[in-house]
Amino acid sequence: MKKIAAVLMLTISGWAAASSGIHLDSASVDLTDKASLQRGAKYFVNYCMSCHSAKYMRYSRMARDLGMPEQMVQSNLMFTGEKIFDGMTVSMNPKDATKWFGTPPPDLSLIARSRGSDWLYTYLRGFYQDDSRPFGTNNIAFKDVGMPNIAWELQGVQKAIFRDETDSDGIPVKIFDHFEKVTEGSMSTEEFDKAVNDLVSFLEYVGEPGKLERQNLGWKVILFLLFFLVIAYALKKEFWKDIH
Amino acid sequence: MSGFVDWIDDRFPLTKVWNEHLAKYYAPKNFNFWYYFGSLAFLVLINQLLTGVWLTMSYKPDAALAFDSVEYIMRDVNWGWLIRYMHSTGASAFFIVVYLHMFRGLIYGSFKKPRELVWTFGMLIFLALMAEAFMGYLLPWGQMSYWGAQVIISLFGAIPYYGEDIALWIRGDFVISDATLNRFFAFHVIAVPLVLVMLVFLHIVALHKVGSNNPDGVEIKKLKDANGVPLDGIPFHPYYSVKDIVGVVVFLIVFCAIMFYVPEMGGYFLEHANFIPADPLKTPEHIAPLWYFTPFYAILRAVPDKFLGVIAMFGAIIVLFLMPWLDRGKVKSIRYRSIVFKVAVAVFVISFTALCWLGMQAATPTNTMLSRVFSISYFGFFFLMPFYGWFDRNKEVPERVTDK
Repeated sequence: MKKIAAVLMLTISGWAAASSGIHLDSASVDLTDKASLQRGAKYFVNYCMSCHSAKYMRYSRMARDLGMPEQMVQSNLMFTGEKIFDGMTVSMNPKDATKWFGTPPPDLSLIARSRGSDWLYTYLRGFYQDDSRPFGTNNIAFKDVGMPNIAWELQGVQKAIFRDETDSDGIPVKIFDHFEKVTEGSMSTEEFDKAVNDLVSFLEYVGEPGKLERQNLGWKVILFLLFFLVIAYALKKEFWKDIH
Repeated sequence: MSGFVDWIDDRFPLTKVWNEHLAKYYAPKNFNFWYYFGSLAFLVLINQLLTGVWLTMSYKPDAALAFDSVEYIMRDVNWGWLIRYMHSTGASAFFIVVYLHMFRGLIYGSFKKPRELVWTFGMLIFLALMAEAFMGYLLPWGQMSYWGAQVIISLFGAIPYYGEDIALWIRGDFVISDATLNRFFAFHVIAVPLVLVMLVFLHIVALHKVGSNNPDGVEIKKLKDANGVPLDGIPFHPYYSVKDIVGVVVFLIVFCAIMFYVPEMGGYFLEHANFIPADPLKTPEHIAPLWYFTPFYAILRAVPDKFLGVIAMFGAIIVLFLMPWLDRGKVKSIRYRSIVFKVAVAVFVISFTALCWLGMQAATPTNTMLSRVFSISYFGFFFLMPFYGWFDRNKEVPERVTDK
């Protein structure tokens, strides 16, 4: 039995480890840090929501979950006359968006669930100067992405330094090494990383607003089951004592 | 009270059924760990039926609304997230307990005479379960729902001559579309569950006719006391009902730990790409079915010819049906079978697990080569079955069950 369990565990951890692509920096998401989520919400409506919606996220739910009075959300985070119970939608016409960016900017309600917070954290900090692209920027996590670096004022402009290596088939490849600042932004690198982390945390929240509720309920259910297990086991013992 | 029961009994065999299937159904007293999974499979079935009914109350089987309605359930329906996670975790849990349940039958010879029909009904349940899971996975209308269904249905296109027409007939359209979603919904919530429940009923009726096998593979009905009660039998109720409750609670602890803390299970229970709405114009880089189909998917991809691959894939399931007639050995339990059989089972477990993993990976030349090796050993296990019995002479099968 133990052997089988061990093999199963190994197999599962092997699966979990099997992922591909570039090295991702780790975001540190804390859904109980409401101040961080509120800052993330601010960045989201100011920087992302010109193009991207989060249509499944209602303003009213966000106000309640992040501990903000509805009045405050209405005056600070809602700009185009929506109702408080509306979803966070944008008015950009998808046809125009396709003309400008090549593809309509995706809805971000579930982006943290499809991409993962580490990917988002790497991606949002990963824009670099590339004059061959229409907006003059490329991205280290998403090659030739249609999106420009909307945070360039905050982050400044950086260029990517690649080093030459050969892959396992002996073909020379360019491997990303590090970024170099070209011009400074209004934030230092640490400040910018923190701001992106806030934004990623907010997106993680938006991906599943009930996540905290789920985790808070889980241990209580499991605790009850453990207590019930003791009773169930005692009952089984009592019934089975005359079976030999 | 007894007057009321008498009144019922005169009109309906209540006490008779209760006794035949619970209070006087004698099960061997030596059931071990592996015998929890039958009752657990039943528990998960009930879970899927109940949560399914509640999901149906808010889900919209419409290509334009399906994805939104799932998020509506996750965000706006009271406890909707819990119901949905119970259903999605339950789907994977169903396959875990069913695979373990089938493995139990394999190692203790529970498929052999006189239980061939128990096994056959069980295999039909497995088939229905695969159909149910496949069609249910289309309903959230995410990218993997869409492209997974696209890949699997296109397999029917490999059938010579009529293939494309059959695929068209299944889809109801030239691509996966609203028509496909609607018919899959109908099958998923009405047709297949009805079939499943009926098959489970037949599975249990057949089992209770012949009686349960046990880890020693001894027929307890051979030795009975003066009242006709098997010497090694104990009434299912209360003994196994209270024992199964312990199994249920342990199972629920694991189930809840996954459901409340890792409902996606790292992308194995809910795939990351399925959080992107279905887009018929954008093929995902990597399409893999959910983990419970990947062993068969790996076999499909291992065969160079598409049609032969489809045959091999279905063949991998059909050989399981044939087991009662392939294994000629008289000894049932692995405890009293030869080392040859034990090694064969080990090879089978490794092959199945490896194929499960390979089915999730990209089809690189190395992976394809490995898939071929493990496909051969998978089939080898079954095709060599008629010969395992030759070696079963080294251990005596006991008359009575043992304490282990």
